[in-house]
Amino acid sequence: MGEVILTMNDIDKSFPGVHALDHVHFDVNRGEVHALMGENGAGKSTLMKVLTGIYTKDSGTIEFEGKEVEFHNAREAQDAGVVIVHQELNMVGHLTVAQNIFIGREFKKGFRIDDKKMNEEAAKLFKRLNIDIDPTATMSDLTVGKQQMCEIAKAISHEAKVIVFDEPSAALTESEIAELFKIIRDLREQQLGIVYISHRMDEIKVITDRVTVMRDGGYVGTLITKDCTKDDIINMMVGRVIYEEPKTKSLVPDDAPVVLKVEHLNAGKMVRDVSFELRKGEILGFSGLMGAGRTETARAIFGADPKESGDIYINGKKVEINSPEDAVKNGIGYLSEDRKRFGIVVQKTIAENSTLATLEKYMKGIFINKKKENEVTQKYVDSLATKTPSIDQLVVNLSGGNQQKVVIAKWLVRDSEILIFDEPTRGIDVGAKNEIYKLMNRLAAEGKSIIMISSEMTEILRMSDRIIVMCEGKVTGEIGIEEVSQEKIMNMATREIS
Amino acid sequence: MAGDLKKKSIFAKLGGQKFIVLLVVIVLFTFFSIASQDFRKYTTVLNIFDFSYYIVLMAIGVTFPLITGGVDLSIGTGLICYSLAGGYLVVHLGWPTGLGLLVSVLFGILIGFANGVLIAVMGLPPFLATLCTCMITRGLGSICSKGFGISWPTTGAPGSWFRSIFKMQIGGTKIPIGFIWILIIVAIMAFVLNHTKIGRYTIAIGSNKEAAVLSGINVKFYHIMAYVISGFFAGLASIAYAAVFPTVQPGTGAGFELEAIGGAIIGGVSATGGAGSIEGTLIGVFVICLLKTGLPFVGLQANWQQIITGLVLIAAVLVDIIKKRREAK
Repeated sequence: MGEVILTMNDIDKSFPGVHALDHVHFDVNRGEVHALMGENGAGKSTLMKVLTGIYTKDSGTIEFEGKEVEFHNAREAQDAGVVIVHQELNMVGHLTVAQNIFIGREFKKGFRIDDKKMNEEAAKLFKRLNIDIDPTATMSDLTVGKQQMCEIAKAISHEAKVIVFDEPSAALTESEIAELFKIIRDLREQQLGIVYISHRMDEIKVITDRVTVMRDGGYVGTLITKDCTKDDIINMMVGRVIYEEPKTKSLVPDDAPVVLKVEHLNAGKMVRDVSFELRKGEILGFSGLMGAGRTETARAIFGADPKESGDIYINGKKVEINSPEDAVKNGIGYLSEDRKRFGIVVQKTIAENSTLATLEKYMKGIFINKKKENEVTQKYVDSLATKTPSIDQLVVNLSGGNQQKVVIAKWLVRDSEILIFDEPTRGIDVGAKNEIYKLMNRLAAEGKSIIMISSEMTEILRMSDRIIVMCEGKVTGEIGIEEVSQEKIMNMATREIS
Repeated sequence: MAGDLKKKSIFAKLGGQKFIVLLVVIVLFTFFSIASQDFRKYTTVLNIFDFSYYIVLMAIGVTFPLITGGVDLSIGTGLICYSLAGGYLVVHLGWPTGLGLLVSVLFGILIGFANGVLIAVMGLPPFLATLCTCMITRGLGSICSKGFGISWPTTGAPGSWFRSIFKMQIGGTKIPIGFIWILIIVAIMAFVLNHTKIGRYTIAIGSNKEAAVLSGINVKFYHIMAYVISGFFAGLASIAYAAVFPTVQPGTGAGFELEAIGGAIIGGVSATGGAGSIEGTLIGVFVICLLKTGLPFVGLQANWQQIITGLVLIAAVLVDIIKKRREAK
């Protein structure tokens, strides 16, 4: 491990209403892989955005190669040699691999862009990294894994000295991860400083030299990876927040009836012959890699996407669901992973959102019965403990966790018996997360049946009574909470991929 | 390596939509030639060319905003406005023809720049921004000409040289020389789209704007440029229009842009941005021009032309959507 290449000292950053970074310290050495860990909302991404100039810091200093620097945009950071490989791939699908790698700094011959030279340079780059990708292929034709390799190649071609990997493995298969690690080790060998952001504890132990943990926007501590255990890291990450006890056994009685049965469901490439059962009062976790087809399955069941074939039974009776309207009538509620796009109307009030799926119940002739609407809204604001000054508050002004509660209220008002939670705690801060968990457990105890799609392994292990694992559109495993382990799930989640 | 790539269909290998649209052009031409004796005449062919130039020029320009995922509705009323402004200077104030034409083009660039700033800097939706400039140019045109039609110098009159840019008389025959210029312009703009930064970033903005921003591209500048190009070509189209028609009437021009946009989309410009080609746009416009000129010869008048053009456009957009759905699976 070499000298320090990058130091972030006492970094502070506030957004309206949120203290996003509270005097955080972070440094990276040459030839080191340094993990940055923390729960969702702990401030990892914010810190990295401050580093690369996407956000401006309120106070603190950044030292890079011994000099104090301040980057104003991603371009300036890149030019200096600090590059992020983003979690969401930032590729232009319509352009070729080489055109993407050199975008913004094309080789030119007069006015003309020299595509030939770009292809040659990209080929050289891939050869150096031992990656087998055709530079002239169109980006959108590549698999997600290959696209990620291109993104890494792009970062390296900037003559990067520090590379930040933001959850690089979320969409990768096991063999692709192995390939990625090989590349990262090569880069470490070449004395680059590497920041590795990930949730996967096993990876941290395998690939990193040091771990820095953040919590609630604050710096918790830095450990030498080989000297600490997984539990040390988890304790630092979770800290004062005491979560619901993880389930050790299913809370569903053996004789609980099956409320939802899906048989041989097919819808496009992402849902292939999916069958499963959901029982009354059960929380059924859906696990898998990004793009495994879980959301697509939920959308097909909910009637949001067309089905090709397959049967759905509710309480033993076969039902036809061809639109979300049908699904709602049959007592299914869907809480989208992307609340702002599909779940709520942010510029409307809590009351208006709460009765959105049930408006016909609150009509007096052609008018909305405001009094009745307010009563029912208040009832759920109270029972879900939604934090808001009034039920006439616009939803856009609520925090992520409270927005999620409004969506839950909407489906409870509708008397939905089956609730599909798609990434229920995405973008929700740590404290509110626990409240959502409590709420889900309470709903299950009251006899609601829940399908929970989650990409967070800890969430799956903490909440589910039973777990279905999907991979490439197929169900590759079903496992009870009593016998589950992270390894078993990962194994099933990559089963279909060779 | 082959395993990484989805197999390309035969359709894609043949150049995709362009190839099919070219076939449509040939089939339409053959059909009208067989169906009508009058269509087969040289003067008809001349007419098709004459009436195509201004639409082709608009379409080449509007291809750029379309590829960014936007649209430019101001080019139709714009071209009339630019032509009236330039023509007024020439006809009523005695400016040399060349200077009048230059004013027309500069006016186009100016409106294009205004569109670009409204959209890329102020953040107006392209549909709305250019709808506004569409109305503004319509009014401006009338003001420029004081409400009267403008007749640019007629063939033979002094200062009418610009009319022979598009149609040359050699001996007794008229030659549609304008089409040669069109082909040259198509070649140049195809080069711009495929091999220069302006073109590449136009595609990048339409395909994934966020990625373009994060790559350190000056997205605002290139976004504005797409509309400047569109305005510039509307300016060129105003010259082609003045050269072909004896009089330019204020208050007209609304609807021209739809023929240009329709042509571009028939020619394979993706309705959602990111993809498209200049050659495709050229061929697409000829589908519209052939329908426009040919349908009256088989007894279908203006209303039917519009209905049929609309149906062809729906078919073209559906092809694009079905193609995307297939790719998604």
